[in-house]
Amino acid sequence: MTDYRQKYQMTPVIGWLLNDRGGMILLGILIAAAILVPMSNLLLPESSAFHVPTWMVSLLGKYLCYALLALSVDLIWGFCGILSLGHGAFFALGGYAMGMYLMRQIGDRGVYGDPVLPDFMVFLNWQELPWYWYGFDMFWFAIVMAMFVPGLLAFVFGFLAFRSRVTGVYLSIITQAMTYALLLAFFRNDMGFGGNNGLTDFKDLLGYSLQSDGTRAGLFVASCVFLGICYVVARGITQSRLGKVLIAIRDAESRVRFTGYRVEYYKLFVFTVSAVMAGIAGALYVPQVGIINPGEFAPALSIEIVIWVAVGGRGTLYGAVLGAFIVNYAKTFFTGAMPDFWLFFLGGLFIAVTLFLPKGVIGAIPAFGSPDRQSIITAWRKRRANEGGKA
Amino acid sequence: MRNDMFSMLRRSPHCLQQARKSGSRLGAVLACLLIFFMAVPDMAMAYSDEELRNVAERLDAKSSTQKIEVIEEMAADGDPRVAPILRAMLEGDLYVRESDEHVVITRKQGKVYTHIDIVSGEEIGESGSKEISKIKVNNRLRGVLRDALATLNLFSPDLTTRTNAVEQIMDARDPAMLPLLLRAIDREEDETLLARMELARATMALAAGETTEERLAAIEVLSSETTPQIRAVLYQFVASAEAGGFEPEVIAAANDALESVEGRLSTWQTVGDVYRGISLGSVLLLAAVGLAITFGVMGVINMAHGEMIMIGAYTTFMVQQALGSFLPSGSAWSLAISVPAAFLVAGAVGVVIERSVIRFLYGRPLETLLATWGVSLVLQQAIRTIFGATNQQVTAPDFMSGAIEFSTGLVLTYNRLWIILFSIIVVAGIAAVLRYTAFGLQMRAVTQNRRMAGSVGIRTGYVDALTFGLGSGIAGIAGVALSQISNVSPNLGQTYIIDSFMVVVFGGVGNLWGTVLGAFSLGIVNKFLEPVAGAVLAKIFVLIALILFIQKRPKGLFALKGRAVEA
Repeated sequence: MTDYRQKYQMTPVIGWLLNDRGGMILLGILIAAAILVPMSNLLLPESSAFHVPTWMVSLLGKYLCYALLALSVDLIWGFCGILSLGHGAFFALGGYAMGMYLMRQIGDRGVYGDPVLPDFMVFLNWQELPWYWYGFDMFWFAIVMAMFVPGLLAFVFGFLAFRSRVTGVYLSIITQAMTYALLLAFFRNDMGFGGNNGLTDFKDLLGYSLQSDGTRAGLFVASCVFLGICYVVARGITQSRLGKVLIAIRDAESRVRFTGYRVEYYKLFVFTVSAVMAGIAGALYVPQVGIINPGEFAPALSIEIVIWVAVGGRGTLYGAVLGAFIVNYAKTFFTGAMPDFWLFFLGGLFIAVTLFLPKGVIGAIPAFGSPDRQSIITAWRKRRANEGGKA
Repeated sequence: MRNDMFSMLRRSPHCLQQARKSGSRLGAVLACLLIFFMAVPDMAMAYSDEELRNVAERLDAKSSTQKIEVIEEMAADGDPRVAPILRAMLEGDLYVRESDEHVVITRKQGKVYTHIDIVSGEEIGESGSKEISKIKVNNRLRGVLRDALATLNLFSPDLTTRTNAVEQIMDARDPAMLPLLLRAIDREEDETLLARMELARATMALAAGETTEERLAAIEVLSSETTPQIRAVLYQFVASAEAGGFEPEVIAAANDALESVEGRLSTWQTVGDVYRGISLGSVLLLAAVGLAITFGVMGVINMAHGEMIMIGAYTTFMVQQALGSFLPSGSAWSLAISVPAAFLVAGAVGVVIERSVIRFLYGRPLETLLATWGVSLVLQQAIRTIFGATNQQVTAPDFMSGAIEFSTGLVLTYNRLWIILFSIIVVAGIAAVLRYTAFGLQMRAVTQNRRMAGSVGIRTGYVDALTFGLGSGIAGIAGVALSQISNVSPNLGQTYIIDSFMVVVFGGVGNLWGTVLGAFSLGIVNKFLEPVAGAVLAKIFVLIALILFIQKRPKGLFALKGRAVEA
């Protein structure tokens, strides 16, 4: 295998991109999908065997958003050891920012026909738009907010948590508390985000109807593009010197701190970047599924994201993408074919992956697997044998 | 005679009280016997059946004046059967039957009138509207009837009826009732009711009293009370006093009285908040205390903890069903049987989980978290498949229903009181097991130094399994208690899991007392915030406060002291 890193010393970016076989495959698939899927959907007749139906385009687009979300979790969990059980909150906040824009786009076509106020506000007898809804009639503002709000929350939360060295399980539990608090808050009608029902009944995006095939194909392409960009960014972070410090923090945080690094800043940076990615995923997700409600803040969903990463293979980035596709395809399949079995499957997956596949599906493929491919059970047996006694 | 029996029943608790005050139980018995044999007629003679029929027939008189005479005669008699007749007349349900000229109370259903005998109170047939004729009432008569009914109730031999009548008067505060009330005060012998009557009189005298002294006296009486009702009375008076042209000293006194009543009420409000907080705290404690062992002592992040609670609740349901179908007489004992049953079932499930999943993951908290989350999903779905997704009905035993109500507005429900007691017993039990048993000693040894404990011959794997079983079993016991206050559904565990972790983390991992203190302080803070911010916001504030608290003290209220850089 050629080490592209040496060959392209002058342009390191190309070097570490070419040196990443999984990443190259992923980017290749993404580019191919971004070209072929919309073409087949829009150009081929429905009778053709290669025609991709519109619902399939939306479903794949949804998976791509989940993949981006998984990627953001892998960036912090796989490379910095931060297990966030509240990443769904950043995803949902990004989604709400986009939802607010889509709500404003409805204009006077709502049930109550108010030119400014969304339907639920008219229903609640509100007289004017709350201040935090200002600006969301502009697309660029909504996009900025979809990244800024999750990023800001992650920055403040991370600043407090990492500065006081809340780590490991404690961090996981308070991230869970964070998303739970947001869940409760967004359920309230007084918050001005539609309460229980959330935001829905969207009509169009930038003037294009959300129902049309063209818009859906466009959103699919956007999802592919953003997943690709975020992958490259994440890969860049992990391959840089900063990425090496992150991995060191993951493996021995105290030692890194004693060596003189300000651990909390590194963590804060990567946590915020990850939250912004999750926000982008949410913003892409909402127009494709047509609704955002407080259910997206549920702690259970955030834990599910972690299992996508674990199934694919933690610490590889492309593994997270693969895991998101595998688990969500399984979810679509089971909830359709045998809904009672889905939770058994998901629960079993959690147990089996942690016990037998610590490196995920990717780790089980020899071409990608790292040398220490042993399962936790094997490690446990060895340790017991070493101790020589009965455990 | 019926009337005498009533008066005896009414007086006996009173004379018992009197006698007990004087210190002699024998005296009480003698006093009761004395009253029984003397059998003093209380108000007047009750009617015989025939007399009642005759006097009722005279209600169908031609003129209102004659009717009024009869009504007043009947009201003065005090026969308990009079009140229903007058009430029926007031509501226009009193008819004369054409066939035998008997007066009957009717209940109309569609076009059919059901007849009820005024003497026996039983249904004695039905007819159309043709066969009966109504005893007519006009507005003047209605007024008389209302007064008569109030009088009857106020002078009823039944204590509860009289109490209700006084409460009604107090609510209505109609000055016209004052003379009647004064007469009732003269006759009343029950001390508690007498006090209520004096209070009712004071509420009326406040506005309707004639002299300054009377008003001041009324305010004096009112200011010693502590109920929301009296606060409303005083508030109303003060608000309208300026316009009403009352004397300045009366207004000043009323203001003072209002202030002191409000002061005392707010103290009671605080007491109520503390109680509700303790009640919520005990629920949190029950939910969290099992976790304090699995997470706190063993360091295992058991996300399936909530499902152990759920299994306990379902065990309670099963025990109740089993007792209901096989041994109905034993159903009163269902909770007592459920406690050990839930402990064993949940404990056994816990041991199985520890042996099959968790033991491979010691020292890997994040992996444990994910694996046990998987376990929790499987358990939830298993219960949903077996029992269905709907809520199961767990009935409360008699001793847990009902409440103690204070006049100050404080209500202590029995089920909450039992849960508070139960949580204290459970915590004391755990503390005792940890402190005094050989198993507790081994458990602490394994926690503190696994290898050393193994070296001195403790079977560490065995202790691990049992410890996890203990924590799970206690979660099961919590499920028994929580089945009484929440829905028994497959989602039961999910409701409590986040709260449980918050409590344990807040209290400090590895410290049982920290968990106790954490649970109660979270409960109380929550309940103090609730009236100000509302239930949901209060919860959000508590969560945010906890997140901030963990920044300050990452290891909880009571951190174990040690030199480790990483715990």
